[in-house]
Amino acid sequence: MELTRRKAIWMGTGALIVAGLPIRGSAAVEDVIAAFTGGAPIGTGDIKLVAPEIAENGNTVPIEVSSGSAAEILVLATGNPTPSVATFKFGSLAASRAASTRIRLAGTQEVVAIAKLDDGSFVQASSTVKVTIGGCGG
Amino acid sequence: MASGVKPRVKVPKTAAAGEAITIKTLISHKMESGQRKDDDGNVIPRSIINRFTCDFNGENVVDVTLEPAISTNPYFEFEAIVPEAGAFTFTWYDDDGSVYETSKEIAIG
Repeated sequence: MELTRRKAIWMGTGALIVAGLPIRGSAAVEDVIAAFTGGAPIGTGDIKLVAPEIAENGNTVPIEVSSGSAAEILVLATGNPTPSVATFKFGSLAASRAASTRIRLAGTQEVVAIAKLDDGSFVQASSTVKVTIGGCGG
Repeated sequence: MASGVKPRVKVPKTAAAGEAITIKTLISHKMESGQRKDDDGNVIPRSIINRFTCDFNGENVVDVTLEPAISTNPYFEFEAIVPEAGAFTFTWYDDDGSVYETSKEIAIG
């Protein structure tokens, strides 16, 4: 095979993708989810998580969570040293069960939002964000 | 501990009764995550805001628990119903025990 500059760049990119997706901190993620849901099953449905596909800087990644009938929404960054990000509780005067904020991501990973609906069931949405510069220091 | 903390909020001056308005808040805070190291390799201790609440005339709008993964200068945007004239109160609770509070009046019109 002829090794051109273009092929070399593609091979380098492939190696980076493989190296950049280790399975990290999954036990911690499960603990946080279990603490939030109390072991109840998690379905899919009435929840939406908006996150960028590619974040150049992991220090400020804008995200938005929304749900039609959520009492609480938990946001997790599964690849961070500590996976918890924030928990939104909506009070009686919240016009919509939606909020936007900016979060820190240590690297390319999946961001997960879990909502506790008014009827006590749980639903989940997730989105993968590619991060080129990590935001957790160290 | 944290210096130069300055809360900023954006609330419309007037609204119709029962209308949903969008509120944007930002507080200047360096939000040290407890994951970074200084030049000597020592971990910089965590110093973040751990809770943010917004109330209108004593009724809760949102109550957010913050973890170190919230970015520097925490920003929140959400929607609230304005049933009557009154004031929104925004409160941030710091790890070091400080409480930062600001409020914004809103009129019906």
